[in-house]
Amino acid sequence: MAQVKRPLSPHLQVYRWGWHMAASIFHRVTGSALAVGSILLTWWFVAMATGHEYFNTVQGYAGTIIGRVVLFGMTLALMQHLLSGIRHLFMDMGKLYGLKVNTSTARLTFFGAVILTLVIWYAAYKVMGAI
Amino acid sequence: MTDMKTPLAKVRGLGSAKDGTHHWWLQRVTAIANIPLVIFMVISFVGNVGKSHAEWVAWLKQPFASVLVILFIANFVYHMRLGLQVLVEDYVHDHGTKIASMLVLTFTCVLIAALSIFSVLRIAFGG
Repeated sequence: MAQVKRPLSPHLQVYRWGWHMAASIFHRVTGSALAVGSILLTWWFVAMATGHEYFNTVQGYAGTIIGRVVLFGMTLALMQHLLSGIRHLFMDMGKLYGLKVNTSTARLTFFGAVILTLVIWYAAYKVMGAI
Repeated sequence: MTDMKTPLAKVRGLGSAKDGTHHWWLQRVTAIANIPLVIFMVISFVGNVGKSHAEWVAWLKQPFASVLVILFIANFVYHMRLGLQVLVEDYVHDHGTKIASMLVLTFTCVLIAALSIFSVLRIAFGG
């Protein structure tokens, strides 16, 4: 049966980007990124249960520049998803729908995620005695 | 069609999908549970970063650590499974591919949870 070519409603590309739109999309993006991260976390748990030699190998991978960049990205994704998730919980209660508060809290999830990530990494380097 | 139920009665009877808003609700329940669990995990990672295998094992062997880590794994994997299901439903349109994707997704999530929880238990109960 031939498909009828029906007109489509306007999609993402016709809208000007705003913080609320970005928060919504990044909630999905960061969630998906964290799903990949869950595989890395599983690998790490398995490594710990396997023994100290293999654990050290995996810890070594995590300590490389690429490893640290990935882990930094995961921290950022986790914090963004966490803050955006909390915002969603308030929206589920019917709050934060005003145009201004909706935009400002959306922006807050991004800046808050960056700040929390930097705090976490500063604390981690402090614990390691690197700074 | 002998179904005389009103739309409201159908929803109250859990609707055509038979589980009504259960998915939506569990997504929120696991989201709320994730908040303290994620905070615990982040603090634990920061507190133990750079430690040796023996030190990590000693930390994980503590009953509170073992249990909270296992609860975190179970809860986040459930939350992840629900979230990724929505992505499949939204972006995979072919019926066969959709069912195949859902199966792969479910099996992968169970594998992730089983591997992680088994590892924690092995460390917790190990000598």
